[in-house]
Amino acid sequence: MRIEDRIAGHVAAVKPSGIRKFFDIVSEMKDAISLSVGEPDFVTPWNICENAIYSIERGHTHYTSNAGLLELRQLICKYYKTRFSVSYDPSQVLVTVGASEAIDLAVRALVEPGDEVLIPAPSYVSYEPTVQLAHGVPVAVPTRAEDDFRLDPEVLKSLITPKTKALVLPYPNNPTGAVMGKEHLLALSEVLKGTDVVIISDEIYAELTYGGDHVSIASIPDMYERTIVINGFSKAFAMTGWRLGYVMAHPDLLAAMLKIHQFTMLCATIMTQYAGVEALRHGLESNFASVDHMRKEYDRRRNYIVSNLNKMGLNCFEPRGAFYAFPDITSTGLRSEEFCEKLLYAKKVAVVPGTAFGEFGEGFVRISYAASMENIKKALSLMEEFIQGR
Amino acid sequence: MDLKTGIIDILKENARTETADMAAMLGAEEAEVLNTIRALEDEKLILKYTAIVNEEKLDSDSVTALIEVKVSPMREQGFDSIAKRIYRFDEVESVFLMSGAYDLMVLIHGDSMRQIAFFVAQKLATIDGVLSTATHFVLKKYKELGVIFETVDEETRLPVTP
Repeated sequence: MRIEDRIAGHVAAVKPSGIRKFFDIVSEMKDAISLSVGEPDFVTPWNICENAIYSIERGHTHYTSNAGLLELRQLICKYYKTRFSVSYDPSQVLVTVGASEAIDLAVRALVEPGDEVLIPAPSYVSYEPTVQLAHGVPVAVPTRAEDDFRLDPEVLKSLITPKTKALVLPYPNNPTGAVMGKEHLLALSEVLKGTDVVIISDEIYAELTYGGDHVSIASIPDMYERTIVINGFSKAFAMTGWRLGYVMAHPDLLAAMLKIHQFTMLCATIMTQYAGVEALRHGLESNFASVDHMRKEYDRRRNYIVSNLNKMGLNCFEPRGAFYAFPDITSTGLRSEEFCEKLLYAKKVAVVPGTAFGEFGEGFVRISYAASMENIKKALSLMEEFIQGR
Repeated sequence: MDLKTGIIDILKENARTETADMAAMLGAEEAEVLNTIRALEDEKLILKYTAIVNEEKLDSDSVTALIEVKVSPMREQGFDSIAKRIYRFDEVESVFLMSGAYDLMVLIHGDSMRQIAFFVAQKLATIDGVLSTATHFVLKKYKELGVIFETVDEETRLPVTP
């Protein structure tokens, strides 16, 4: 028996993450400055950690209901109502192990073999393999720097077929930093209205927008029912390692996702859920002052990075969300991977090739500003030396 | 966010941030930033730029003491005139009027415990209107002005994540 032949074909067919190879090189370089981290550099606010510790002290070490603590689900509803004007009943909320699980649940609840799922490109690395693992067909919807990497309704329309089951709507976007404003979502809704396409709206970066608040497509007329909203605590509350997310949807869709969740995950970790309770309770009491503090800090770094990238001749559109800049590096005559490898070996600065996020990322690199100002400053001046030396 | 608040936030975090960097961070012109800083200094909104020092690493015997002072307020002037008589001494770092069991909290930095004890006995306790003092010496500083003294793990994130 050849073990490799026993592995499911659709699993074997999934390409390993493009970021992996790069990770291995950077990991071996001890003194490299990394602007390639996709998580906040802030640590979780202590009041949140403390509440998790307290929950353990009180003996909360058991399962929770499959859907998650009612208290947490109530707070999530209040949070979405207060921050994004979208109303859900706690029975429409499912607490998950990170937004990643929520993406998987949404896809698996919807996709049958051969169903097409539209995914804006470039986008976060998980969507495509998640669809493949559900025997679906990922269809890339190209977005362009000229459109500030927003999803173009006409392009979307041209790709909708009778097999299209869902559209992943990942805004604010990783890696481009693009956002979709209300007017853009309205235009998109015009295309979707006459179709049966379900929207999987990944709003994990919703709290990190600059110069305008995040708008959820669930708040757009006629879109609520067909939208699955996914969010989590990782980015807004610097809680990546806790793995805490949630998904909100039409009761029938939620029931389908809950079925998968209860037989695979059972429930999200209880102390993590208590941490989430504190994050939202304290946030709602303090008008999310600590989130505001983080956002302001990111905004300064963002301004600094974008203005310096443009100064050194790397054309960079203004990202209005997440914590990434996505400059065009074609002026250097290098391809994305070459650029990143050469920069790393020559100057010990790590940024991620746009191609790690699919072929449409060619010609770009992702620069994370979830790093200290000191490191950002050093890295950018080294990048400038690198470009001038070419 | 207005420029003034932005500049103050940045300077409070790192007073040595270069003007050009501040301008880039705030999306403003360098001259604009410079003028705003000058204006903030002129109107005494920014009083001083200083450094937070870990004295333990300085190899000195200097000590900090926190002194509770009970006073009898003076007619017409309340606590202000006594506070003034106290804060004029160079040794005195901070003076706060407090609610609760005592009136003034005085923070003193000295070269030695002896020097502080001497100051309290000879200078502070003898001021007219000072009823009593209680001196507490600082044994160890854990956190000051938002800075934690203990070194924490520098980077615990993976170097590359999607």
